[in-house]
Amino acid sequence: MPPTAPPTGPLPPPPLSPHLQIYRPQLTSILSIAHRITGVGLALGLLMLTWFLVALGTGGPAYSTFIWFCGTSIGVLMLMGWSAALCFHLCAGVRHLFFDTGSFFDIHHAYIAGYAVLAGAGVLTLLVWICGFTG
Amino acid sequence: MLLKWEPGGLKSEMARARGLGTAREGVKHWLHQRITAFANLFLVAWLLFGLLHIIQMDGSAYAAAKWLGSGLNPVLILLTIVSVFYHASLGLQVVIEDYVHHEGRKITTLILMKLVLLAMAVACIFSVLKVTL
Repeated sequence: MPPTAPPTGPLPPPPLSPHLQIYRPQLTSILSIAHRITGVGLALGLLMLTWFLVALGTGGPAYSTFIWFCGTSIGVLMLMGWSAALCFHLCAGVRHLFFDTGSFFDIHHAYIAGYAVLAGAGVLTLLVWICGFTG
Repeated sequence: MLLKWEPGGLKSEMARARGLGTAREGVKHWLHQRITAFANLFLVAWLLFGLLHIIQMDGSAYAAAKWLGSGLNPVLILLTIVSVFYHASLGLQVVIEDYVHHEGRKITTLILMKLVLLAMAVACIFSVLKVTL
């Protein structure tokens, strides 16, 4: 087939892949988006870490305000969410590092690793919460 | 296998003619995300233990400052701050690039995000030095 002359002007729009809502949710896709959501959540949680360190550096009433906030129901919920997100992102991140080496790519092992991430994150979160609440 | 910028490689003739392709920077973001991820694995686990330790002491400013200042902890917390904030910046960058489609808004959001994270990281580092020096 002879090469066709290159078209001038903008290229036609590329074909779109099917839209997200027609896919059945699966463990792999749920873990993937959860990894991203917890990542964004943890980045927002850095505000809390910054507040902690800056309040500590400022001292006096600034630190008391931070500790007071951590004791309110919103503060406790945020700390629980933050620690749960951290434990999940950590476990799912390890799975991603394994993916980067080419491991667990077949469906069977991807699912085993996925359930291992959920179990690991659950256990780790519970441990952190128990340590945090019995302090 | 032919590389995508080589003739006959995995690239359309049009894409090659238009000169779209590697700027040899592509892998840097990916690699730095993995390196900081690996570092965070240990640093953040350590930080979590530290924070729980502070809570178990009594959560006071005295307990926190004492823990921050003991042994290698000042160095570890500074490493944690650098690694965590850099990792967050790399991660948020991908999320913004994926979901903000308007070019101007995308670049503005990226710059704002990086400046805010940088300011927060510097505030954290300054506070740690203030407490521990």
